[in-house]
Amino acid sequence: MEKIILKDIPDLDKIDVYISNGGYSALKKVLTGMKPDEVIAEVKNSGLRGRGGACFSTGMKWSFMPKGNEKPKFLCCNGDESEPGSFKDREIFEKNPHQFIEGSLIAAYAMGIQAVYVYIRGEYWKWINIMEECVADAYKKGLIGKNILGSDFSVEMYVHKGAGAYICGEESSLMNSLEGKRGYPRVKPPFPAAVGVWGNPTTINNIETLANVPEIINKGSEWFSKIGDPKHPGTLLYGVSGHVNKPGVYELPTGTPLMTIINDYCGGIKDGKDFKMIIPGGSSMPPLTKEESLTMKMDAESLKAVGSAIGTAGIMVMDEDTDIVHVLQRITKFYYHESCGQCTPCREGCGWMLKVLDRIMDGTGRHSDLDLLISVAENIEGNTICALGDAAAWPVKWTVRKFRKEFESKIKNENIELPVLNKVHGLRKSDEYVTIDTDENTLVESLIGKVQEITVDENLKRYSS
Amino acid sequence: MKTQEYTPLFDESEMQTVKMHISKYPKPMAAVMPLLWMIQEKYGWISIDAMRYVGDLLSIPHDHVLGVATFYSMYFKKPVGKFHLQICTNVSCMLCDGYKIFNHISDKLGVKNKGITPDGLFSIEEVECLGSCATAPMLQINNKEFHENLTIEKTDELLAKLRNSN
Ligand SMILES: Cc1cc2nc3c(=O)[nH]c(=O)nc-3n(C[C@H](O)[C@H](O)[C@H](O)COP(=O)(O)O)c2cc1C
Ligand code: SF4
Repeated sequence: MEKIILKDIPDLDKIDVYISNGGYSALKKVLTGMKPDEVIAEVKNSGLRGRGGACFSTGMKWSFMPKGNEKPKFLCCNGDESEPGSFKDREIFEKNPHQFIEGSLIAAYAMGIQAVYVYIRGEYWKWINIMEECVADAYKKGLIGKNILGSDFSVEMYVHKGAGAYICGEESSLMNSLEGKRGYPRVKPPFPAAVGVWGNPTTINNIETLANVPEIINKGSEWFSKIGDPKHPGTLLYGVSGHVNKPGVYELPTGTPLMTIINDYCGGIKDGKDFKMIIPGGSSMPPLTKEESLTMKMDAESLKAVGSAIGTAGIMVMDEDTDIVHVLQRITKFYYHESCGQCTPCREGCGWMLKVLDRIMDGTGRHSDLDLLISVAENIEGNTICALGDAAAWPVKWTVRKFRKEFESKIKNENIELPVLNKVHGLRKSDEYVTIDTDENTLVESLIGKVQEITVDENLKRYSS
Repeated sequence: MKTQEYTPLFDESEMQTVKMHISKYPKPMAAVMPLLWMIQEKYGWISIDAMRYVGDLLSIPHDHVLGVATFYSMYFKKPVGKFHLQICTNVSCMLCDGYKIFNHISDKLGVKNKGITPDGLFSIEEVECLGSCATAPMLQINNKEFHENLTIEKTDELLAKLRNSN
C-alpha cells in the first residue's frame, strides 16, 4: 500500500531531499493556478476528516473562516499530542516535517491566513528543535515569508513550545495558552472561526490532518477519497503500544481490520498470550472487549457503531493477564491530574472517581462503588466546558460496564446498609443490613428488589401509624 | 508597577532573544511562555523574583506570570536536582513495567516522587504520557533527552553514567 505521509524515502526530513522528491510542488500549484475557494473545495471533496480526535471535515472547517481581510486571521497547528497512547505527530516531525509545513502553507493560502503558529508540547524538545530548523530552512528558500515563490501571498510561521499541559491540546485552551495565559478552555460559541486567538478568526488543525493536504492537491480529491473507508477516507498513522511484539506507528488505510494491524504488522501479542482489552484511539476512548476487537475495522464509523471512537488512532493492547482495574485507575489519575479545574463536574468528579478506584484497588471497595462510578461518570459527561470531562468519563463508564466482573472480583463480601426511599426525606438509612456475596451475579436486581421491599414496609409503617 | 530592586536576569544578547520572542506575537503577553522557558534554561528553575522580572519585561501583572508558571507542569517552581528524572508511568509504560523502573530508581536513590537526593544530584518525578508509547518504558531527563526501551540494567547504567559525568 502506498503511503501518503510516512514515505519510505531516506532523509526526507531534509528540505533538499523533500524538494527533489516533488516537495512544495503542491504549494506552487495552488499559488500559481488555484483560487483559495478552489483549494477549500478540493479538500472538502476529498473527504479529509480531522486527525486530532473529533474527525470533523477539514474542508468544511476551513470554509467557516470569514472571507476578506478586515481582521488578521490565524492558523494554529496542534502538535500538543498529549493523549496517552498517541505518538504519531512526533513521527511526522521526525520523518516528513516539510510535508506538514507545506500543508499548513496551503491551508494558510486557502483561508487567507497571516500567521501560522505550530504549537508543540514542551516535552517534545527534540522535535521542537527539528521543527524550528525546518521552518528556518523553508524561510531561507522563500517558501515562508513575504511574497512566497514570487506570488503576492505572504505568511509567517512560528513554533510555540508548550510547557506540560494535556488540556492545551483542546483547541480553545491552546489559543489561551498561545496568548500567554493559563490554558483554560473557552466556552463555545463563539467558535474559533469567529472569535479565536487574540479575538481574531482562527482555525485549529492537527499536524497529521495538514500533512495530508499536499498529496490531495497533487493527486486530486478523487484519488484521496478512494483510499480506505469511503466515509472516512485516507490513511491513518496507527500508533500501537502495550503488549504487542512490534509496537510502533504504522500508516495504513482507514478501515483496516484491527486484527490485521495487531497480527500482521505488530507481530501479535507478546509472549504468545491472548488479549483481553484494546483501547482503540487514545486513553479517552471507550475500550473494546476481545469479541468486539476480533471483527473491528479501524475507522470513524465502524468504531462509532459500537459506542467507541477512532480518536487519535492510538491503539493500546492489553494481554490476558492485565489488571483492568489498575489500568482504569491509572487512566483516571491522568485525567484528575490534567483537569484544568474550571468546571465542578470535571474537577470534583475526576477526584471522586479516582478515590473510588483507589479503594477498589486496595481491597476496601464496596459493591455500590461500581454503580457509583458509572453515576459520577454520567454526571460529568456533557456537563462541562470542554471535552476533557467526557474524555475522563467515557473510559470509566465503559470499562466498568464491559469488564464488570474484573471489578467485582476485587470487592470482598460485605454487609451493606440499604437506603430506603422515603417520600418525605428522600433517601435515608434503614436499620436493615444485607450481606452481599461476591459470587452472586444477580447483585443489582436483588438489591433493587430488597430496597423496594423495605421501602414498601417503611411506608406501610409510616402511613399506618 | 515597575520594581527595580533586583539585578536583571538576562544579559544583552539574551535581551535580543527576548525581543525576538515578543515580535512573534501580536501582543507582548504571549511571550510569557518562551520567556519563562529562557529563565528555566538559564537558572534551572523559576523563582518568584524571576516571575516578577518577566512580568516587568512584558509590562504585565506579576500575578499573571505567577498564574501561568503554576499552570504548566514543566515549569519548576522550586529547585530540582542536577539531573531531574521524569519517569512515565501512564498506561502504555505501565503495561511495559514502567512502575518497576520508577520504583527501582526511587529505591536506588532513596527518594520519593518529587523528591531530591541530599547531594542535589538527582530528583525524580512520576510524569504522564510523553508520547513514547512504542518504546516504553521510558524516562526524560531535565525536560530534554528521552531514554527509551528501558530495562533495570539500562536504568542502572544510565544512573551510573550520569553520576560519573558529574
Ligand atoms: C482534552 C482534549 C485534548 C486534545 N488534545 C489534542 C491534541 O493533543 N492534538 C490534537 O490535534 N487535537 C487535540 N484535541 C482536539 C482539538 O480540540 C481539535 O479538535 C483538533 O486539534 C482539531 O484538529 P483537526 O480538525 O485537524 O482534527 C484535544 C481535545 C480535547 C478535548
Ligand atoms: S471539562 Fe475539565 S478540563 Fe475542560 S474546562 Fe472543564 S474543568 Fe477544565
